[in-house]
Amino acid sequence: MKLNKAHLVLAMMAVLATGCSSTEEEGSLTDGSQSGADASTSGYNDGSMAGSQFGSGDGYNSGSGYGSGSGSNLGPEFSDPNNPLSKQVIYFELDSSQVKQDYVPVVAAHAQYLASHPNQHVILSGHADERGSSEYNIALGEQRAKSVERMMRSQGVTTGQLEVVSYGEEKPAVSGHDESAWQLNRRVEVGYQ
Amino acid sequence: MSLVTKTFCFGLLAALLSVAQAEGLTIEITKGSQTAVPIAIVPFAQQGAAGNVKLTDVINSDLAGSGFFKTLAEEDMLTRPSEPEKVNFRDWQVLGQDYMVIGQVVGNGGSFNIQFHLFNVHNGQLLMGYKLTVGGNELRRAAHHISDLIYEKLTGRKGAFNTRIAYVTSAARGGGKQYMLQVADADGYNPRTIAESPEPIMAPAWSPDGSKIAYVSFHTKRSEIFVQTLATGQRQSVSSYPGINGAPAFSPDGNRLAITLSKDGSPDIYVLNLANRNLTRLTSGLSIDTEPSWSPDGSSIVFTSDQGGKPQLYLIPSAGGRATRLTFQGDYNARGRFSADGRSLAMVNGNGGRYRIAMMDMASRTVNVLSDGNLDESPSFAPNGSMILFSANKGGRSVLSVVSTDGAMQQKLDFQSGGVREPAWAP
Repeated sequence: MKLNKAHLVLAMMAVLATGCSSTEEEGSLTDGSQSGADASTSGYNDGSMAGSQFGSGDGYNSGSGYGSGSGSNLGPEFSDPNNPLSKQVIYFELDSSQVKQDYVPVVAAHAQYLASHPNQHVILSGHADERGSSEYNIALGEQRAKSVERMMRSQGVTTGQLEVVSYGEEKPAVSGHDESAWQLNRRVEVGYQ
Repeated sequence: MSLVTKTFCFGLLAALLSVAQAEGLTIEITKGSQTAVPIAIVPFAQQGAAGNVKLTDVINSDLAGSGFFKTLAEEDMLTRPSEPEKVNFRDWQVLGQDYMVIGQVVGNGGSFNIQFHLFNVHNGQLLMGYKLTVGGNELRRAAHHISDLIYEKLTGRKGAFNTRIAYVTSAARGGGKQYMLQVADADGYNPRTIAESPEPIMAPAWSPDGSKIAYVSFHTKRSEIFVQTLATGQRQSVSSYPGINGAPAFSPDGNRLAITLSKDGSPDIYVLNLANRNLTRLTSGLSIDTEPSWSPDGSSIVFTSDQGGKPQLYLIPSAGGRATRLTFQGDYNARGRFSADGRSLAMVNGNGGRYRIAMMDMASRTVNVLSDGNLDESPSFAPNGSMILFSANKGGRSVLSVVSTDGAMQQKLDFQSGGVREPAWAP
């Protein structure tokens, strides 16, 4: 940031102090707390850091181990359109986190697969359409993902195989702004890792 | 006439007007005010080295865009005096002006001496005279300061031209997206990226002294709350529990954050002590409880809850206690935000499939819908309470929009590339 507000404040205060003969105003800038210094590059300090870039290359890593694996080593049943495992997105009604009847067999198929492949992990990512406020939609997305998680656990999938994350309205699958897009964005994605 | 008696001032609209010239930004006034007061800002006489900002252009757009003033076009002026003794007030009465501003700028090495005078055109009374000295890169800020002085003198309310906003932009990059948390002057100038990530960034919230911003980042593919000091760029992770870490809101004393966590099941409101990281849980149960925001006196927290079936706003003592329901109008009321004086509460109001910005008068509990979009969200008050900044959808893109708290005036601030969301007006 190039502006140096502290200097501006000082300059104005100096002017005030040395007298504005005709002024009847007391004036000063109010946000002198902002020195406008450039971001320091002092690096890590008690787990804090500087600079604007979050990225994989800056050594900043929570160690959470979530990859973006595409599940490319999954079996052929996942690409057989007649097999429910080929469906890896579960859709929801507006403001609802209840798994619709149509998708119960899909969730069951994934649960069965996971129960018989105990080393397989999935991320259940919950999403909402863009309507309403964004943090409420984060909560709604999580409730959707947790509905799927509960169904899977009740069918023998272990807790350690499942991870829930909600992106709310932040990552729409479709970018439109009508019901045809919204119904595709109210979803839980089953992401094999 | 006394402008002090006018009902509302439109602090920042003006500032947004000048965004027309800022990088990649355009401004569109979608709804104008009918009661603007005529004022002539005579181009300041220039001596010595010229600066890179024409002060009167900035002041003109500040004041005109406020909706409270109607400025006189330069080409309509009969004379262009710069000294009080040269002003013939009849020239300005003829043009139907109520007030006028004259001034001088003297370039002096790297700095500028600025002097201006504000007159009542009808009786020739000098209302204000002022001198200031600024550096060459501080002219724009000086112009906003002058706008604030004029605005406050004539309206009796503080201006908001010299304030800042934070917001999140997103744009396509390399097959994915890039999210940027930016801080800019309230008119969109001087944008500075303070965090960026290919994963979502959400919910920027200012500390009460304006020195820090709390926000949510998903850069680890999980939500995590950071507090970043603007002056140094130092950022600190303050919440990375399993599940949701969301919706941070600084307490009025700046020592605590109200946040949303789902580590214990459903999303609930917690208060995080920033000094010792202790957590106090305020809500429980199976419902969604989120989007906390403190009352200005710190005694209570408003939040969104679906405990009654649909999302509605509730109020709970910040020390813990029973929540009481605040909103009953419409099938969706979320993300409450108090004005600085605590008298008003802005919210997202959903009714019949439209999501718009509404404001509750806390004394009477009446709710007025202010905006006219379908997908309006994230309301944030100007520090002087005159306007509400929010995000809206325009032609399929997210834009920032500003509406006066009486609903009379509305403007859109449109970023050319990608979307801009989650605005937060600095205190």
